[in-house]
Amino acid sequence: MTVAIIRFGGSNCDRDAERALEHLDIDAEIVWHEDEDGLPAETSGILLPGGFSYGDYLRAGAMAAHSPIMDEVREAAADGVPVLGVCNGAQVGCESGLTEGAFTTNESARFQCEHVYLRVERDDTPWTAAYEDGEVIEVPIAHGEGRYEIDDDRLAELEDEGRVLFRYCDENGAVDDPSVNPNGSKHNVAGVLGETETVAVLMPHPERATLPDVGGVDGQGILEGFAR
Amino acid sequence: MSLADSDRELVVEELGRDPTPAEAALFENLWSEHCAYRSSRPLLSAFDSEGEQVVVGPGDDAAVVALPAHGDGDGDGNEDGSEESDQYITMGIESHNHPSYVDPFDGAATGVGGIVRDTLSMGAYPIALTDSLYFGEFDREHSRYLFEGVVEGISHYGNCIGVPTVGGSVDFHPDYEGNPLVNVACVGLLSADDLVTAVAQQPGNKLVLVGNGTGRDGLGGASFASEDLAEDAETEDRPAVQVGDPYTEKLLIEANEELVAENLLESARDLGAAGLGGASSEMVAKGRLGAHIELERVHQREPNMNALEILLAESQERMCYEVEPGNVDRVREIAEKYDLGCSVIGEVTEENYVCTFEGETVVDVDAYFLGEGAPMNDLETESPPEPETDLPDADLEAAFDAVVGSPSTASKRWVYRQYDHEVGVRTSVGPGDDAALIAIRESDTGLAISAGAAPNWTSADPENGAKAVALENATNLAAKGATPLAAVDCLNGGNPEKPEVYGGFSGIVDGLAEMCSTLSVPVVGGNVSLYNDSVSGPIPPTPTLAMVGTKAGYEAPPLEATPEGELLLVGQRDEFALGGSEYLAQFGGTDRFPALPDEPAAFVETLADIADADGTLAVHDVSHGGLAVALAEMVSSNAGLAVSLSTADPRGALFNEAAGRVLIQTTDSEAVREAFDGVAPVVSLGRGTDDGTLSIEFTDDTASTLAADADTIRELRSIIETELE
Repeated sequence: MTVAIIRFGGSNCDRDAERALEHLDIDAEIVWHEDEDGLPAETSGILLPGGFSYGDYLRAGAMAAHSPIMDEVREAAADGVPVLGVCNGAQVGCESGLTEGAFTTNESARFQCEHVYLRVERDDTPWTAAYEDGEVIEVPIAHGEGRYEIDDDRLAELEDEGRVLFRYCDENGAVDDPSVNPNGSKHNVAGVLGETETVAVLMPHPERATLPDVGGVDGQGILEGFAR
Repeated sequence: MSLADSDRELVVEELGRDPTPAEAALFENLWSEHCAYRSSRPLLSAFDSEGEQVVVGPGDDAAVVALPAHGDGDGDGNEDGSEESDQYITMGIESHNHPSYVDPFDGAATGVGGIVRDTLSMGAYPIALTDSLYFGEFDREHSRYLFEGVVEGISHYGNCIGVPTVGGSVDFHPDYEGNPLVNVACVGLLSADDLVTAVAQQPGNKLVLVGNGTGRDGLGGASFASEDLAEDAETEDRPAVQVGDPYTEKLLIEANEELVAENLLESARDLGAAGLGGASSEMVAKGRLGAHIELERVHQREPNMNALEILLAESQERMCYEVEPGNVDRVREIAEKYDLGCSVIGEVTEENYVCTFEGETVVDVDAYFLGEGAPMNDLETESPPEPETDLPDADLEAAFDAVVGSPSTASKRWVYRQYDHEVGVRTSVGPGDDAALIAIRESDTGLAISAGAAPNWTSADPENGAKAVALENATNLAAKGATPLAAVDCLNGGNPEKPEVYGGFSGIVDGLAEMCSTLSVPVVGGNVSLYNDSVSGPIPPTPTLAMVGTKAGYEAPPLEATPEGELLLVGQRDEFALGGSEYLAQFGGTDRFPALPDEPAAFVETLADIADADGTLAVHDVSHGGLAVALAEMVSSNAGLAVSLSTADPRGALFNEAAGRVLIQTTDSEAVREAFDGVAPVVSLGRGTDDGTLSIEFTDDTASTLAADADTIRELRSIIETELE
């Protein structure tokens, strides 16, 4: 039983994710995307980490989505193996069809590294079972391309299906003030579910809000999804 | 620029013949100011670079310092109570000044790349970056263009390679108008067993080039960095600026770690100034050896390059490794895994440094002569005159607003928000505080980092200003409870051939060296950048210092005040001098530079102790902008400060920038007074309040009072954001 953290060329949050999962006593292993053996036989979860896969030189996540290991990831996801995409991993998730929509250039057109508040939109998924419905958590972001974009009608459908997992909000959970939406994401969307509840992507970094000695621990509940 | 006549004569004498064009170009670059420190080396012996903790001092790609043992990584100290740690850090600092003027984005980006590779050369993994940036006045359009470009370049490169930018400094001063400065420092981490140096080890070993293909970019960068910037530099010198590829750098970081872990490297050097010719000749010169290099074996990304271009191009993201013949295949496999180019370009010999190109010998010189033979300059110095006292009489409220709202003292959030400062999950205290604090879990050590200089101080008084810079960086570390361990410096100056410029430069070297020595902080490495001169004149002499300190654990007192607790000012002198202050920068006038404290080392040591005392609620260094700015920075909407100053000179008290002062908010003021007894004076300024307002009254000048609430202060301090968004 191990969580496979997929390292692409240019991933840079793989070690952080490993350290955070270890802290939660969840067994994890970094897997090089071109490793001949592919995913470990005992893979019980998959984390697509943050970073700049292939330097984001084409479109964030676009190249990594075509790495052969992503076929295995999609198969595993279809078999019910939990898959979580974080930041660049979220972009890879969208580019590879695991989740819908796209994360594109921030409204500010600049990279932004800061702490934000997220509202938990439902508490009945593995990634949010640790929280209450509507609970507000503080998690850092660090991205230049995190603005969630999708066709309006399709977003309405996703919302109806309960597939929006997190929204940017203020410390009380309100989403109306545009200043609480750090990158201009449509409907403040910070994270979404795939076709099943076991597949999720989000731009904020739960692994940076897990270790008590470097700040908050609000992100622990998200990573604990791998243990549920 | 070509090889100077006097240098050519020395070369001809040594070789017994005229140099080939490739040799002449090598000497020109390696004997340039940038590489050979011809004008600064005679001064640099002032620095004390030794100490028990110093593993590798000045002269290699980066310095290596042993961390004191705080534990064995399990969080409860060393089981056997030993003092030793098997963890080392590397420290390096580099300037990328001229390139950043010509092309701010690429110039700054490649500055980050270079100092990170200097870290890799020692076998370390980079864990933190700081950037100290200096521009012309903020309200000038050209300064903003450079500022925005430089920050974007650092953000682009540093974020992509996954190394957090945890601190630094930004200053604006009119004398940087024609010549901005970009000084980047990097800290790396390694286990003692993994240490690699640039000293070539054994004849017969192979020289292997790993990384990007070599192109024609950055030709002659070292000599370009060693002359004044011409008026048309932005267009004329663009080909001398390299273009960075952070994705390849990231791959190089990972590949280097695997090469080190498998013990495949005998020596290593980053390809920086003077490209392959520089790196390969310096490695063998350090080992008092030679090399035979076949230039056509270098993997190239442009067709028809000639020997000179291959030898001197400063294409980025390349490393030169010395590898035992039996390990070459494994090195190649690791390079291939990361899609990095790899070529075996030659081998270490006991003979001369020889380069051939398609069978023809293009270089054949003694490596040591090439590396170390440059003659030193003996230049005239002229000391700056003593300033007279000529003070403005600005309205107190207007002065508070101008100083607190000055871009130099204001919040740099606009800058560090664009840097990933949390990647690596080690950042316990990030940018925007006195010092950053990084968790070294491998030895339970908190590593505090502070970096910066103070152009107003060193232009007012180079020597005492530089002493104050050293003391201020140490105070920043101590404010987080850390004891200073070591420092690296980046010494920036104008054209040293001008006696008054060289006099100022010599002043900052002496001042920095003396205060670091007084504080027992070895200066283990650094960088010198001269000829920062243009049609608009020389820059202020600028001694950027990056200092690190250590403590047990990763917790530190905050900078922000709390609603309760007494506020103490430690280190205040009776007499105020306003020389070098932001107040004079805003309102004009001159004054002498403030005196330095009598017991700076004891002050720093005591502060590091008291910062972690039970009663301590908040600690903040008093520096740029004086007491006014320090107090304003401590106030938030949660907590205000009610301050009373017993002085009849409100401007002097609020705006003097004497170094070696700190604000401490505490529940146990008696303990603070006792600790500093005989070390530094302690006065009570007032208390924390719950109204989120800074109010200041003057007991001997009751007509003068000041009050500003947290919102007003926040607005003043957001000037950079407000102007640029």
